[in-house]
Amino acid sequence: MTTTHCVECGSDIILSEDVETGEILDCDSCGVELEVIGIDPISISKAPELEEDWGE
Amino acid sequence: MNIGFLHSQIRADEKLLLNELRSRGHNILKIDVRKHLFSIKNPASELVDLDIVIDRCIAQSQSKFSSLFFCKYSIPVINPPSVVENCSDKVKTSLLLEHAGVPTPETIVAFSAESAIEAIESFGYPCIIKPVVGSWGRLLAKIDTRNAAEAIVEHKATLGHYEHKVFYIQKFINKPNRDIRVVSVDGSPIAAMTRTSDHWLTNAAKGAIAAEYDIPKEVLDLVKKSSEVVGGGLLGIDLMELDGGGFTVHEINPGTEFKALNSCVEPDVPSLIVNWIESTVNSKRGNS
Repeated sequence: MTTTHCVECGSDIILSEDVETGEILDCDSCGVELEVIGIDPISISKAPELEEDWGE
Repeated sequence: MNIGFLHSQIRADEKLLLNELRSRGHNILKIDVRKHLFSIKNPASELVDLDIVIDRCIAQSQSKFSSLFFCKYSIPVINPPSVVENCSDKVKTSLLLEHAGVPTPETIVAFSAESAIEAIESFGYPCIIKPVVGSWGRLLAKIDTRNAAEAIVEHKATLGHYEHKVFYIQKFINKPNRDIRVVSVDGSPIAAMTRTSDHWLTNAAKGAIAAEYDIPKEVLDLVKKSSEVVGGGLLGIDLMELDGGGFTVHEINPGTEFKALNSCVEPDVPSLIVNWIESTVNSKRGNS
């Protein structure tokens, strides 16, 4: 099990085995959306704000 | 196979696809659209051996423009730029569906606040106003009164992107608290679900409840025809049931999400999508 910390509130974030660079995660503690920006070593940042043309 | 996986943020849908592709032994090259440089001359060296690129960008503008480069590089891309263009622009989708005789909600486009109000009044209340580009039910408005119409139109005319001054106005369809999403590949359904909500918006992204849907023949035909009209590929086709029977196709999504669908249907959706990707590559190889 890999853990890291929320860049907003510092709470533990548990990452799945198959974590991907670019993956979006939610912090269970403060609710902020995070993006995994590197996996070796694990690095996360706040996810970008939603843009108008995002979607399916 | 050597598969390019074009992405920005990775959602659960992308993880499902990546895990399925890797489990079959394909070589995956992840291409972060936010970092890659696209030359109008030649592809970057790491792209030249790719058999196909799967475009899973979260931003439609990124899909629209980056897919053009893969065409230029003669690397097949799912979905091709013409399909992205036809589906991500709601005006174009409506025109194509109407031209092909696929039932779609009555729509008027207006280019000024005054003519937008005229179009809204011609439909009566309620009616719907949508952004030309957008998804997940965002910035859609159900307009119930003249006062609301004037306020919404004024806001759209004043704030934001110039495309908000293209007023895309649609007749309100009194659907039965749900709509239908069919994920299809070149017109063949992979699976379908209903999305049910007490809210007039029934997008999964808005919290609608997903349930498996057995596709009747009429919907099969509409999915096939709708897919053909926009150029095929991997699509999420949205339909509404009409009061007096029948269906209307209101949206076609070129970067369809499928995690909600996968969670409520028996078929393994990512597996079926990858089957189709493999057969697409094999048929292109056979043709070359």
